[in-house]
Formats: sequence, structure tokens, C-alpha cells
Amino acid sequence: MATFQLELVSPEKLLLSRPVEMAILPAAEGEMGVLPGHAPMIVALRGGVITVREGGQETEKLFVAGGFAEVSPERVTILADEATPVANLSRAAAEERIAACRKVLEGAGEMTPEKREAAMGRLLAAEAMLAAAQAA
Amino acid sequence: MASLKALRMRINSVKSTRKITQAMKMVAAAKLRRAQSRAEAARPYAERMERMLASLGAGVAGQPDAPALLVGTGGDSVHLLVVVSGDRGLAGAFNTNVGRFARARIRELEGQGKTVKILAVGRKAAVFLKREFASRFVGEISFAGKKVVGFEDAADVAAQLTAMLDKGEFDVCTLVYNRFKNVITQTPSEQKLIPTALPESEEDTLAGPQALYEYEPAEDEILAALLPQNLAVQIYRALLETTAGFYGSQMTAMDNATRNAGEMINKLTLNYNRTRQANITKELIEIISGAEAV
Repeated sequence: MATFQLELVSPEKLLLSRPVEMAILPAAEGEMGVLPGHAPMIVALRGGVITVREGGQETEKLFVAGGFAEVSPERVTILADEATPVANLSRAAAEERIAACRKVLEGAGEMTPEKREAAMGRLLAAEAMLAAAQAA
Repeated sequence: MASLKALRMRINSVKSTRKITQAMKMVAAAKLRRAQSRAEAARPYAERMERMLASLGAGVAGQPDAPALLVGTGGDSVHLLVVVSGDRGLAGAFNTNVGRFARARIRELEGQGKTVKILAVGRKAAVFLKREFASRFVGEISFAGKKVVGFEDAADVAAQLTAMLDKGEFDVCTLVYNRFKNVITQTPSEQKLIPTALPESEEDTLAGPQALYEYEPAEDEILAALLPQNLAVQIYRALLETTAGFYGSQMTAMDNATRNAGEMINKLTLNYNRTRQANITKELIEIISGAEAV
């Protein structure tokens, strides 16, 4: 089957760089499956799980807390704010993060709408993290 | 001439100094290796971020409502200098160099009648610049208590800058830090943060097929999210290079100190032996002349 190069980088390091058959990205406006030969796109990502499929099977699941992806016919580059393999997620850490985000949101009364939105985004990402941790 | 005992004590003290500097050199070398590999690991992200920004920014930069992070406020009267230095000393001229460079820049800008504000990242530059420019300080950030500087720390600094820009506290933001050339050379240099200096390959990407990207959500929304991230990446890179440069510089400094201590020990030992011999000779003369007198 045809493949494309998938690259996953976080600010701290290059996490993944190899040819895969299909990747499912948590795009800001809904899940998005990418196959080889996809039209060039730049998408924003929300917190969620990137699933990599090879040979008809899910071979890799990685949680990202948000970021961007650059899609071109022969390559997908994901700039993740933070990326962890789903197997390494812990529920306790995710719950902690949710609690921290809630706290920020509670004191959000006098925040600007953009800031509140950013805090909300972080909370949603944390909740996605918890969901991913529970599924794993 | 110093007494034998005093000499012995000096030799011992220099020896223990040498032990310390030697240990510090080893530690710096180990930390340098780690810092270098971290700097290398961060490079792919910065490169791809740059590429993405080039294809996005070129289209938006010309528009009148382009975000301030990208094109600046349009003014040029208030300059913010972000000066990045190490938190600790004993690294040769590393911190002084960046401080001096910043000082020259501040004088130059003020000579042109501009207002200068300073944000010091790292303790040493803050101490250095405060002597002369304390009134220009708007903030100080130090990672002295941290073991490793993570990306979140850089993101915090970036958030602070964005907040200041939103309040219109500055027009132009420049980053001053020690660029890591190699282990023995670090050159203080500056980099424009706001307005964003777009990568130079801009035209090539525009001409190529890459300009035909689709955007989801809209172009300006992505750009609005991408720009602060880019700011954080730039700062992160400066922090990593500073860390690596600091250890490189410390290693060289400690190597020199170890060598100097060795030289000093040689000199002192020679001195000690001469004094010892002179004492023995003197005693012999006393004994012989005593025996002759009998």
C-alpha cells in the first residue's frame, strides 16, 4: 500500500519520522483522516489522539495537547505543543491537569474573551487526555 | 621569606582549588553535552515552524489588519530588549559579553532618541545592567532554581511579551543573547522578535507549489495561534543556546583555572624546596661553626 512520510515534532524533540499508510488527526474542526496524496493543507489541532494505521491496523496512538499540522501529498508534519504515547498517559496526571484548568477558568471573570477561550481550550485538551488515558 | 609552614599551607590551598576547578570542568563538560543534544533535538521543530510561517506570513504581511505580532505596531519609538544570560558566574566572560553588547545597544538606541525598556532573563545580565539602567527595567526572569529550562518556561516569557504588546508598552522587541557557535566561541548577537523577521526563503516558497495550501480554520486564525508559538520557539532556542554556551564557556574557564593552579603549585613547590634547603644549610653551618669553636 502507498505510504507517506509522517513527522511528529514537539518543541523538545523529534518524536516520529517514518512512512505510514494513514494518520488520523484531531483537527480543530473535527477528526481528519489523511491518506497519501492528500491535498496540501495547514490545520490547527486541538487536544486529542493521533492514530497511525499501517497494514490495516492501528500501530501507534499518541496524545497531543494541541498544535498544527502541515499536510502535503507526500508528507505530513505535525507540530505538537506536547506529545505523549497514549500508553504512557496516567489518569492521575490528567485529572490533576483538569483540576488546574478548572481553577484558572473559575477566576476567569475579568479575563478577555480570547484568554478565556485559550483557558477553555486547555481544559478541553486536558479532558481529552483523561479520556485517552481511560481508553488505554 | 615566607616560613615553611606558610608555604605548605598555600600549596595545600592551591591544590584543593585545583581539585575544585577540575571537578567543575568535568561537570560543565557533562552538562554541555546534554545541553547540546537538547539544542539539537529542538531544531526540527523550529525549522518546520519557520517553513510553515513563511508560507502563511507572506500572504498576510501585506494586509492592513495583519496581527501586531507579525508586523509590529507600526511605531519605532519604544524598544524592548530581552537580554538572556546565565544565572551563575564562574564562566569566564560569558555573561559580561552579553551585558556589554546590550549596554552598547541601549546607548545607541537612546542616542537616537528612542525609549528603551529592558527585560532581563537570567540573573547575571540583570545584575550587570541594573548598575547603569535600573530605571529602564520592566521585569526580571530567572530560572536559577530550575534544573532544566523547559519549553513551558519559554512559553511563559512569550506570553508576557504578548501581553505587553497588547497593552502597547513597546513597538519593537529585540532578543539579545549569546549565539552558540561552538564549544569555545559564543558571540553575543541580537535577533528581532517583533515584528517577526520572516525567513529569507520566503520568495522561493511563494513561487513553488506550496503556496496553494488550504487552511482550516481560516488563515488568520491559524496565524494568530502560530505567531505566539513561534515567539516561544525563538525564545526557547535562545535559552537553549545560552545554556549550552554557558557550559561551554564555563568549561574553558575552568580548564584555564586548573592550568593556572598547576603552574602556581609548581612555583610554590620550587620555592618551598629552596627554603627548606636554605634552612638545612643554615643549620649545618651553625653546627660546623659550633664544632670548630670547641
